[in-house]
Amino acid sequence: MSKDPRVVKDELVQIYPKKLRQKRSEQMVVTEHREDGSVPVIKSNVRTSPGIITQRGCTYAGCKGVIFGPTRDILNLVHGPIGCSFYAWLTRRNQTRTPNETAPNFMNYCLSTDMQEENIVFGGEKKLKLAVKEAYELFHPKSIAIFSTCPVGLIGDDVHAVAREMSAELGINIFGLSCEGYRGVSQSAGHHIANNGLFKNIIGLDETPHDDKFKINLLGEYNIGGDGFVLEEIFKRCGIKQISTFSGNSTYDSMANSHTADLNLVMCHRSINYAAEMMEKKFGIPWMKVNFIGADATAKTLRKIAQYFEDAELAERVEQVIAEEMATVEATRAVVKARCQGKTAMLFVGGSRAHHYQTLFTEIGMKTIAAGYEFGHRDDYEGRNVLPGLKVDADSRNIEELTVVPDPERYRPRRTPDQVAKLEGLSEMEFRDYIGMMKEMEDDQLVIDDLSHHETERLLEIYKPDIFCAGIKEKYAVQKMGIPCKQLHSYDYGGPYAGFRGAINFFNDIDRMVNMKIWSYVTPPWQSKTKLPEEVAAD
Amino acid sequence: MARRSIAIYGKGGIGKSTTTQNTVAALAEMGKKVMVVGCDPKADSTRLLLGGLAQRTVLDTLRDEGDEVILEDVMRPGYGGTKCTESGGPEPGVGCAGRGIITSINLLEQLGAYEEELDYVFYDVLGDVVCGGFAMPMREGKAQEIYIVCSGEMMAMYAANNISKGIVKFAQAGGVRLGGIICNSRKVDNELEMISEFARLLGTQMIHFVPRDNDVQRAEINRKTVIEWRPGCPQADEYRQLARAIDQNKLFVIPKPLGMDTLEKLLIDFGLAEGVGSEVVA
Repeated sequence: MSKDPRVVKDELVQIYPKKLRQKRSEQMVVTEHREDGSVPVIKSNVRTSPGIITQRGCTYAGCKGVIFGPTRDILNLVHGPIGCSFYAWLTRRNQTRTPNETAPNFMNYCLSTDMQEENIVFGGEKKLKLAVKEAYELFHPKSIAIFSTCPVGLIGDDVHAVAREMSAELGINIFGLSCEGYRGVSQSAGHHIANNGLFKNIIGLDETPHDDKFKINLLGEYNIGGDGFVLEEIFKRCGIKQISTFSGNSTYDSMANSHTADLNLVMCHRSINYAAEMMEKKFGIPWMKVNFIGADATAKTLRKIAQYFEDAELAERVEQVIAEEMATVEATRAVVKARCQGKTAMLFVGGSRAHHYQTLFTEIGMKTIAAGYEFGHRDDYEGRNVLPGLKVDADSRNIEELTVVPDPERYRPRRTPDQVAKLEGLSEMEFRDYIGMMKEMEDDQLVIDDLSHHETERLLEIYKPDIFCAGIKEKYAVQKMGIPCKQLHSYDYGGPYAGFRGAINFFNDIDRMVNMKIWSYVTPPWQSKTKLPEEVAAD
Repeated sequence: MARRSIAIYGKGGIGKSTTTQNTVAALAEMGKKVMVVGCDPKADSTRLLLGGLAQRTVLDTLRDEGDEVILEDVMRPGYGGTKCTESGGPEPGVGCAGRGIITSINLLEQLGAYEEELDYVFYDVLGDVVCGGFAMPMREGKAQEIYIVCSGEMMAMYAANNISKGIVKFAQAGGVRLGGIICNSRKVDNELEMISEFARLLGTQMIHFVPRDNDVQRAEINRKTVIEWRPGCPQADEYRQLARAIDQNKLFVIPKPLGMDTLEKLLIDFGLAEGVGSEVVA
């Protein structure tokens, strides 16, 4: 079988019926950098066709699991049958650290209204109110977020009315989220709904000022496996004040106060760009896309921050931190690179991770031969320059688009247009932009949106990559084919992988996985020539 | 004789509950053992058989008593030994009434309501087939025969045609069949002829034409069926004829729902022509 990506592409879709073949073909492209700077158009953020085994999750998973899940002191209450809450409980390995033993942390809990048939038939609002009261009496949180699961939307329970009523009664910030699982194409819709929820209900509620010179928020960082801890430490050493994170290791208060920052750093563009955009419009905080995955990438990001603040002392501290860290990174990198050079990887994960982790592989000489997102949109693949041309379809229209205007009192552009123009003249300094995954890939690689199980199997058979990166749903199917699979949603049991120290961890983990001989010894039982003893076979 | 399970559907307000209860009363009078399962959250499908007694619904009872429910809690004896149950459901605008019907029928089964010696089970179902829950009596063989109550009014026929589409769907999956159209007259011009033709086009029959008679109203205000209130009146005989026709019915079909054009043409052909522009007639 040819490994030419154009031939492989045809092979992957040839089993599908005509219409599906057409649709899937548009969701697969072979990378190329055209003279005008553009990359091929890829169909994405469209509904998965029935019959396909997809990697995707639901809207509720994106809203509750991804965005709100990592915040430790907002009490997340799921309104629905128990499974929706139980199976979303701590599965992403978001970590958090309270400043002391008495500070609230609800992340270990799984709170649900546990809807029963009776609540479906007669409506669940009464039970929801009781649950809110019970949760309040048990934990006395500052805030309760109510998440709607599918049946809530079907029977029409008004979670927002319940939230208003209970908020008035209990005197704390309670808000509802209409993030029913079926509401969007994927978890991506849930991210948007959660961003709206953050913006409407939390951001800007606390005016406490900070004297620090360099105040930032880190957006789209979820502290999987302790990534956020590593970055917090780096910021601290550089003298950068991190007001809040959306939402790894975050608190309600930090988010309420986040509008006092002077710069928003966006890690996962897909899940959080909405909040960054709205904060800029309302409060005048510029945002830039950054990447802390990979040692070189981290160094580059830190330099960008120093450039933004135009402060010699900060730049010097940043350089010092980079120099210190890079020495250690290089030691490991040299050893690992010698063993991994030329090996191949495939990444099918997330709405950013399939892009960010390519940098880490590149740093140890590994080549990404195919990549794609589970729930990315065209701008995540092709860059934000395609945004003006995107059509608003029925699925996007299903999600509230907030109209944001400058806050009459609090809007304060952090940089004048002249300053912005000057900064953008510097290399790789760009505001409110994301160039997307494909522009940073080599030509002639496969990019596939919403990869199906069938396509996964064929890709593995044809290319036999040295490692496949995805999530728990794919992991064991891939490993049964004799190819190691690294989970990049939860990091398996590993991490942190962000920043300098994280890069070292990642290099070592990948080294162990791709150079482990065990995979070449795996012969699945159905391929083994050994016959069963006749008496067993006869049974 | 094997027990027959019958569901009555039709447009809201067409007279399903009245027709069902009068027919059931007539069957009871013939010595048949009949159970009525009201599938309407308003719980008014057995009022005439029970003499207006407020029936405790299955769902309310389930909510109050939990697992302790016994059949006697939710099934009351009515006129002529009929057994009456009401599913009940949520208040308008809350929860899911369709799911309520499913819960309720399942509970009745668990409690053994269907194990008794019965000749007939009648399901009186709310309005149109609005969602999966209201199709419950048709699914899984809960009801094998459907009768649609209809009049010569366009929207009633439109609803009857839609219900037929639902029957086609469930007939292919299970064994449900259409037994006929019951015309509950609204004194529309040429109503008898039009509904007969409508039924014929659907591939079924107009099983009976129930004329409009104020005795039905008078009986209702007395919380009785016509059969019970004034057994000798002509309208009581109409319901007896309907009951006999159902009892002796042999014509069970998978209906052939009409296209909108055919339905409109039917209305025009049967006397609405004067109200329509002549170019349409031509």
